[in-house]
Amino acid sequence: MSQPVAAVRHILIEGNKSYHNITEDLCSPTEKSPSREWVIAFSLASAFLALYIFAVCWTVWKGIGEWGANRSINWAWDITNFVWWIGIGHAGTLISAILLLFRQRWRTGVNRAAEAMTIFAVICAGQFPIIHMGRVWLAFFIMPFPNTRGPIWTNFNSPLLWDVFAISTYFSVSLLFWYTGLVPDLATVRDRAKGFRRKVYETFSFGWTGSAKHWQRWEALSLVLAGISTPLVLSVHTIVSFDFATSVIPGWHTTIFPPYFVAGAVFSGFAMVQTLMVITRKVLKLEQYITVNHIESMNKVIVLTGTIVGVAYLTELFIAWYSGYIYEQFAFYNRVFGIYWWAYFGMMFCNVVSPQVFWSRKIRRSIWWTFFLSIVINVGMWFERFVIIATTLARDFLPSSWSYYRPTWVEISLFTGTIGLFFFCYLIFCRVAPVVAIAEVKAILKVAGDQYIGPDAKHGHGAKVKHEH
Amino acid sequence: MAAENTKVLYGIYNDEEDLKGAVKAANAAHLDIMDVFSPFPVHGLDPLLGLKESRLHYLGFIYGAIGASFGFLAMTWIFVSDWPTMYGGKPYWSVPAFIPITFEMTVLFAAWGMTITFYTICGMWPGVKARMLDHRTTDDKFCIAFDVTSASDSTVDNIKGFFLNTQAEEVSEKTM
Repeated sequence: MSQPVAAVRHILIEGNKSYHNITEDLCSPTEKSPSREWVIAFSLASAFLALYIFAVCWTVWKGIGEWGANRSINWAWDITNFVWWIGIGHAGTLISAILLLFRQRWRTGVNRAAEAMTIFAVICAGQFPIIHMGRVWLAFFIMPFPNTRGPIWTNFNSPLLWDVFAISTYFSVSLLFWYTGLVPDLATVRDRAKGFRRKVYETFSFGWTGSAKHWQRWEALSLVLAGISTPLVLSVHTIVSFDFATSVIPGWHTTIFPPYFVAGAVFSGFAMVQTLMVITRKVLKLEQYITVNHIESMNKVIVLTGTIVGVAYLTELFIAWYSGYIYEQFAFYNRVFGIYWWAYFGMMFCNVVSPQVFWSRKIRRSIWWTFFLSIVINVGMWFERFVIIATTLARDFLPSSWSYYRPTWVEISLFTGTIGLFFFCYLIFCRVAPVVAIAEVKAILKVAGDQYIGPDAKHGHGAKVKHEH
Repeated sequence: MAAENTKVLYGIYNDEEDLKGAVKAANAAHLDIMDVFSPFPVHGLDPLLGLKESRLHYLGFIYGAIGASFGFLAMTWIFVSDWPTMYGGKPYWSVPAFIPITFEMTVLFAAWGMTITFYTICGMWPGVKARMLDHRTTDDKFCIAFDVTSASDSTVDNIKGFFLNTQAEEVSEKTM
């Protein structure tokens, strides 16, 4: 068997597992009654979801005037939250698609949960552009369809409409990719289940049998979906950055935005995956599947993308100075030293300085450091979007309309509420589907697990070595 | 998959290496395997079974091309002929601005088209009852199945002998 990558670099499945152990370990969280931790977490998430629903009703009933957003700073927490969530939603497809194309085997431990996270994050992201329209009942106007209003069509030249297409395509393609990967595992759960549960999983596993031809097609489909998802994931945040970059506002009108947004999205997405994985592996006892090696690999991606983001921040400042254009220079001077200086320095510290500790192998492999820094980075990436949006608008072309922005309780509730929505979805997912891709983990057990049987296998290591053929 | 009321003789193996060895042995003995079931994709099995590469990706390309043409032509028709609107002094037919949406439509059509095709040709939909020979093949067992609906006794004996020689853990028969 010739593999395109070297023999085992890191052991990705520990504990000398048999195939049956893997099934047992990964299916059991869906079969047991929920733990106390889960019930507490779920109640908390539901409470925040309720708060979210209340804040949405309040906004729709009373109007956008209930927000702190004003004439100058008309994009505020709403769009900040939107970009933050959509950025988080990039890690799942990156892990599943790009790492599949690069044949990185460590993806199998985390891809399922990361894809689920993507879908839930995009759901949260999608809330904000719709609420911020004000008259949400007219949101369907963004869909181009023959209508009786002229027909008045949407403006296909507008990056805001490109966003509609990019995000809805991204959502639906991620959903297909995730669900198709899930079908064989749902069949595994089905074949262990009894009674009503079995009926439910029978429906959702679509009659999967594991026939050789089906597996072959399933792999072909996964590979092509990965191939087209890769440019898709890059296009989504590129288009989100166009919302700013194609405008004529100094501080937004910069060509560096697309790559810088994409790197930032990967950065924040991986941070959120770390936050979730560190908790999930502990609570569901999956330490042998989501190993310290997985965590270390993700931390390497974090330090790389964090550094790219840092270079982008500095490049922005340099280009503003080098342009010799006073409005551009003012915009960036104001961004760093203006009224929101604390947000800028918070962003710099959280996104650029803090991940540098991951150059140390010991810290990369420390669970506590990883968890702590993942939170710091999540906060930092939120600051980045706030810095770009609010500081730029606070000092616009007319000094008479310069302004300051503070969120009201409605905006704070909307934001914390979507965090509730996100965890509400994620916690349900943990209960109904295996959070680690069972079939994919089994497929790498003997090529990247502790039962490695390929070339250079250590004598007597792990599994029984076969001699009869 | 086979038609209704097929009599199937099948053997269960413990390990994918045993499975591959058995498939090789079956090929050597000119036994016609109906299907193989496994809990995960076993690499190197497809050529042994003589499965041709899936043509799903060609279809993906066609669906993508349809999506791209549909997106681009729809925008062209709307902006040039159905309701020409001037935006910021740009031409009605502003091709560069159509690129992002054309790209998204390409991906959207390719992904949905291929996924729907995949489920259709595999005969999989919500509500389809899985025709499992042994429910452990989604857990840790590997299964080789032969269609013996119209097989002679000597063929059946041959197959049973083959299962014995290749150390199949269990051998059973099922009509499905």
